Amino acid sequence: MEKDSFAQFCGSEDYVTSEPLENAVNVSIALGRPLLIRGEAGTGKTLLAHSIAQGLAKKLLTWNVKSTTKAQEGLYVYDTVQRLNDSRFGDKDISDIKQYIKLGKLGQSFIAPEQVVLLIDEVDKADIEFPNDLLNELDEMSFYIPETNETISAIHRPITVITSNAEKELPDAFLRRCIFHYIEFPTPELMEEIVRVHFPDIKDSLLSEALKSFYKLREVDDFRKKPSTSELIDWIRALIAGGIPHENVSKRLPFIGTLLKKESDYDYFVNNFVTRRR
Amino acid sequence: MFTDFFYILRQNKVPVSLVEWMTLMEALAKGHIKDLDDFYFLARAILVKSEAYYDQYDVAFQQYFQGVEAPEEIAEQVLDWLKDPLNRLFLNEEERAKFESMDFDELIKELEKRLKEQTEQHDGGGHWIGRGGTSPFGHSGYHPAGIRIGGQSGGRHAVQIAGERRFKNYRSDLTLDVRQIGMALKKLRQLRRTGLEDELDLEGTIKATAKNAGDLDFIWQRSRKNTVKLLLLMDVGGSMEPFAKLCSQLFSAAHSSTHFRDFQYYYFHNCIYDYLYKDVERVDAVSTLHLLHTLEPDHKVLVVGDARMGPWELTERYGAINYYERNEIPGILWLKRIRDHFSHCVWLNPDDPRFWIHPTVQMIGKLFPMYSLTLGGLEQAVGKLVVAK
Repeated sequence: MEKDSFAQFCGSEDYVTSEPLENAVNVSIALGRPLLIRGEAGTGKTLLAHSIAQGLAKKLLTWNVKSTTKAQEGLYVYDTVQRLNDSRFGDKDISDIKQYIKLGKLGQSFIAPEQVVLLIDEVDKADIEFPNDLLNELDEMSFYIPETNETISAIHRPITVITSNAEKELPDAFLRRCIFHYIEFPTPELMEEIVRVHFPDIKDSLLSEALKSFYKLREVDDFRKKPSTSELIDWIRALIAGGIPHENVSKRLPFIGTLLKKESDYDYFVNNFVTRRR
Repeated sequence: MFTDFFYILRQNKVPVSLVEWMTLMEALAKGHIKDLDDFYFLARAILVKSEAYYDQYDVAFQQYFQGVEAPEEIAEQVLDWLKDPLNRLFLNEEERAKFESMDFDELIKELEKRLKEQTEQHDGGGHWIGRGGTSPFGHSGYHPAGIRIGGQSGGRHAVQIAGERRFKNYRSDLTLDVRQIGMALKKLRQLRRTGLEDELDLEGTIKATAKNAGDLDFIWQRSRKNTVKLLLLMDVGGSMEPFAKLCSQLFSAAHSSTHFRDFQYYYFHNCIYDYLYKDVERVDAVSTLHLLHTLEPDHKVLVVGDARMGPWELTERYGAINYYERNEIPGILWLKRIRDHFSHCVWLNPDDPRFWIHPTVQMIGKLFPMYSLTLGGLEQAVGKLVVAK
């Protein structure tokens, strides 16, 4: 790896990054290690992978992890049921096991002819043992399929981005192999930049009013779910669509339902802000 | 290179391992670093694996690259140092006499006062505690974690970033949030296959079907359920008032966890005697004996309280703070009965561990394993509750 090729990633058109984040991404690319991203909901963890893929013009493979996902599924699945079915009714050659081996996302990223970006989304949703089961595969970037006596190893190490919401503690052994970055909640200045990426023509007065109210709402500790970036974007979209006069935004907070998603938060808001104003 | 930084990180309880350190060296060898700023972010991305440690990392970074400030950490270190009797050997006679003439609380107070003065005057020098030979704190030179001055020059910016300590709120030894408490409680589980055979055993079915020459043969198994039963006993009112919010967070986290097989909670004031109460106002009473008779010993008991009371409330007959309670049996015996009946009990104390030197806290601490009501403490406590006996 040449020195010049280090600073590869520097955001993409619709994604605003910070210097530390770019640094972390570039380190992870340079060292060929997975990048573990954590941060509050709505800070753009998943979008980061999309942005890397776009910025570096690479294909993106997404592996959405669910509570039932097993590590094995990311490597390959041996479709025994299909084979069983074929053995009774099919006209295929069932002694060829290869056709029943279906590679998972991780497997696909290994055999891709070009380097791809692999997103393992919400790794903490799965069972506690899940990350441990992937240790070796992520380390060596290869795995073995006993059914066909084949070893799949990566042609190009995929750029791996792993996101986590910290629902479960990740095992130490797994963490040791990762590069870690915590995405902080954007500062008002950065937020302004982010909003402008989404709404290039937004009026300054509307933007500043909206941001002011947004950060004021975030300061309320009693909300069970604080509004996040994606909610702000929705809200501003609603404000623009509704043609609300700009000076009314911070006073009346229209379309508050796009910002506060929990009933208790909404009640709290109505009791403490709306009634007090009257 | 930077090997001392590795040890300073570890001193600051950042769990850095050799694997990560070698990765950092690999990255450095590739020459991606232009200045100290780059180093700050690079090292953080590689070495630190949770935002909970960002603050400790900042502190360590400051110590290594500038060697000033970070009063809180140092205060803790100095306290640790003072607590260790071995260190007193380094004091001379006169100093030791002085040291012993002050009691611990006084010492802490004095230390805090001086620390405050220090930040106000702020000289950034090496002898920020104690001037001359007369101060009980003037010995930080012996301290193994003594403050380092010098290191690298330049790169003020990164040190300033570290100095801001923006990640202080993410430290796990401070955090408190219903969801996080819930996550910690989630570890309180012991899965066991129980009940009816109502879950399809897919692998077994496939195997049996294959053996059966392709004719479907269903195999069923019992589903896995959490067998943990939780009993939560909470001290309310009086000295617990300042912790009311924290306790209610713990309560709502435990209450909303649906995964316990059984969850019961009762309240008490200061100490447990003949009765426990179903409500915070302590009107709806349940006899403690009745509970001991009806609850199985395999309930996990979580007592929350500051364990702080008049010693007589704990050790004497009729010691209860509430006059009408007229307890025949002293509170400490009731606590002992509870501990003896249940196989797993822990005590969570919301008070700062620095104040656990109170006599009743000490006495109760001998009966129950006591943990502080922080995320870290709760995790330890949960670990203690699920351990097999």
